[in-house]
Amino acid sequence: MILKGRAWIFGDGISTDHIAPGRYFHLRTNLPELAKHVLEDANADFASEMQPGDFVVAGRNFGLGSSREHAPRIIKLAGVSAVLAQSFARIFFRNSINVGLPVLELDTSSISQGDELEVDLEAGAVRNLTSGETLSFAPLPAVMVKILDDGGLVEHFRKHGDFNL
Amino acid sequence: MASTLAEKIIAAHVGREVSPGEIVVTGVDVAALQDGTGPLALQQLEELDMLRAVNPEKTILFIDHAAPSPRKELSNAHKSLRDFAAATGAVLSEINEGVCHQRLVESFSSPGDIVIGADSHTCTSGALGAFATGMGSTDVAIGIATGKTWLKVPETMLVNVSGSFGEGVYAKDLILYLIGEIGADGATYMALEFAGPGVEAMTMSDRLTIANMAVEAGAKTGLFAADEKTAAFLEEQGRAGDFKEIAADPDADYSHTFAIDAGELVPMVSAPHTVDNTVTAAEASGRKLDQVYIGTCTNGRIEDLRVAAGILRGRQRNPSTRLIVTPGSRSVYLKAAAEGLLADFVEAGAMVTGTGCGACVGVHGGILGDGEVCLATQNRNFQGRMGNAEAFIYLSSPATAAASAIAGKIVDPREFSG
Repeated sequence: MILKGRAWIFGDGISTDHIAPGRYFHLRTNLPELAKHVLEDANADFASEMQPGDFVVAGRNFGLGSSREHAPRIIKLAGVSAVLAQSFARIFFRNSINVGLPVLELDTSSISQGDELEVDLEAGAVRNLTSGETLSFAPLPAVMVKILDDGGLVEHFRKHGDFNL
Repeated sequence: MASTLAEKIIAAHVGREVSPGEIVVTGVDVAALQDGTGPLALQQLEELDMLRAVNPEKTILFIDHAAPSPRKELSNAHKSLRDFAAATGAVLSEINEGVCHQRLVESFSSPGDIVIGADSHTCTSGALGAFATGMGSTDVAIGIATGKTWLKVPETMLVNVSGSFGEGVYAKDLILYLIGEIGADGATYMALEFAGPGVEAMTMSDRLTIANMAVEAGAKTGLFAADEKTAAFLEEQGRAGDFKEIAADPDADYSHTFAIDAGELVPMVSAPHTVDNTVTAAEASGRKLDQVYIGTCTNGRIEDLRVAAGILRGRQRNPSTRLIVTPGSRSVYLKAAAEGLLADFVEAGAMVTGTGCGACVGVHGGILGDGEVCLATQNRNFQGRMGNAEAFIYLSSPATAAASAIAGKIVDPREFSG
């Protein structure tokens, strides 16, 4: 699958409190409303200005903190096609796969705000159409590819009726 | 093959030896949800037509993050948890019962268990020798309905502790120091295992504080061997029968090791906005405080309240510094009342609240104003954590927090010990 969109640059250590702030705790049962505040504490303009298909491009340890699965869910619901980061926190990474949000680990340091990117999930390549550079990312662990290919953990269970990893 | 604690517990569940990196599907002994993550979990089970709990007496739904409910949306979320418990026989932990991780170690988690919870600080139960880890709502939902989950067997970092804490230095200072040294991603995907003579000497309360914050270094769990201290703790909870001794093999293979001499540690503080942004309390001293918060799953136990009350007794908080004290559970609250600690706090100018998580997670009960500074005994100081992205949070031990509340600014608590 080829994903296309613009890059939104975030720094190191973006926490789940940046992504889904606790002050919107009451919106956790209303994800479309919560998604209007996605990443608000890291970039207040992101939710209103991003276009469906755009990428979140970050530094180290993206998604650290809480286990709130609402965080990857609202990133996906906002229309982000994938998160690219130098590294991810463990629970966020697993949650992303479970909800069907591609999370790609690669050196993002050469990508700039607004760059047009094309991501080839199968080939493991990120083409920066603005700079002309091609970057590669490490393939996901096989167990996660199975869950992601099924469309997330709920769909995996709907299809197989059990873990089929 | 010699095994670490994590490998040993997983191997006992899957019935064969395991190695780091391999993927296993394993049985789950305890599964927990809370009011922030539970409703989404139940929604996933509803979608799968799997609204059931295969092990209802070890499936616990905690109402603690917004307890009592500050708004109708959350009241409705709470209703969904109560309805599921009523329909399946799962355990409901009501608003008065306490913070999930404190309640798990008091009543549910046991040595050798695999515990999964839709809350990142589920690793707290690792202090009892349980492989306890935080996951998302969907993972825990599947665990509740099927009794199973998948795990990648983690590598283990051994943290070898020698020596004992000096005056005014506590377990919180040790874990803040460790996270400052290895970083907020220093143990990502790993199990942390704490051992050595310094650990053997620690109380269960110390071990719980340390295990609680394993995730702040990115770890999957923070494990301690189950020894006579664990046995005594379980006996105190009326659960002597749940004890079993569990220890790593002496020649187990650790991917990383880290040594700490507890006797060399000094009071530590995490400065805004990351837990690994640690400095000594002395280095942070002088920072004016608008609020001090003592409680949470990290430091809301009776031992913590005794230390804080011991410092505050007969003194007054600084007039410009609000002080909030939140016992970690109903049991802690009752003990603190019986020992007169709640009166000590109130007389010192504190507001003592009912048990719960609301202030730490920024839901209600202690939200900060723009530009305000709080010193808290919790585990996180991320931007926005206490409900306001324009506020600043420092983390410390209960002793540092109590002494700082009197001073109205961050101080090294050893200044108050004489």
